[in-house]
Amino acid sequence: MAEIPRLDQTRPLSPHMQIWRWHVTMAASILHRVTGVALWAGLLILVAWLYALAAGPVAFSAVAGALASLPGLAILFMVTLSLFFHLANGIRHLAWDLGFGFQLKTADATAWGAGLFALAANLGFWAWIVTAVRAAS
Amino acid sequence: MSDLVTPLRRARGLGSAKHGVGHFIGQRVSAVAILLLAPWVLWSGARLAGSDFDGVRRWLAQPLDAALTILLLLAGFYHAQLGVRVIVEDYVDGRIARVALLVLNAFVAAAAAVLAVVCVLSVVLGSGAV
Repeated sequence: MAEIPRLDQTRPLSPHMQIWRWHVTMAASILHRVTGVALWAGLLILVAWLYALAAGPVAFSAVAGALASLPGLAILFMVTLSLFFHLANGIRHLAWDLGFGFQLKTADATAWGAGLFALAANLGFWAWIVTAVRAAS
Repeated sequence: MSDLVTPLRRARGLGSAKHGVGHFIGQRVSAVAILLLAPWVLWSGARLAGSDFDGVRRWLAQPLDAALTILLLLAGFYHAQLGVRVIVEDYVDGRIARVALLVLNAFVAAAAAVLAVVCVLSVVLGSGAV
């Protein structure tokens, strides 16, 4: 919570969002935060679901019904998309912590990789769910 | 340092509080824990899709699935709370808003995690499986 001295307030801050060209590594970085916040909300959905499960069949069918509605499914779809991206990009972060993957080309490739993996894995996961639900009914 | 500084100003110039490493390590250790739980989470999610009340309760009443659910809640909320804390510290400048959001983040994470763990235990103990 450092107060910025008066003299410094007129100096430019870095990084300068307005002048940097958007780059895939910047997108991955901010998406890691956005998806992290989305997963915070996803955890709260999990808590609501567990609470309803403990509360009884009426509460459970209300929560399960809301999640199975079109807006509910859209939210769950975004939560799993966030999960796959955060998971992949999180592995990227852990690799950096171990000292790997800092070369520009590697960082670019893994940023693209995390995004493409998230899209593909999410579609695959939901295809799996639709198949499983159809087979059960 | 000049004598023309207040004690507070001098204290602020002394650098970090030396507690950052705990946050850093906690964030990463919980990340690895969630990473290890991820295959079970995805497998369970797909298996439970379309299940009814009794089916889901039977699943959660099993000791292994109940234990993994509790581990996911603890690791997940710990990790989420650490992450959102950094985001608040980075983007929220107003002192009151910043403290309020940091406290809210910690309280909601703790309350939601404890509530969910109690719900899991209630299903497990109510089922007669253990």
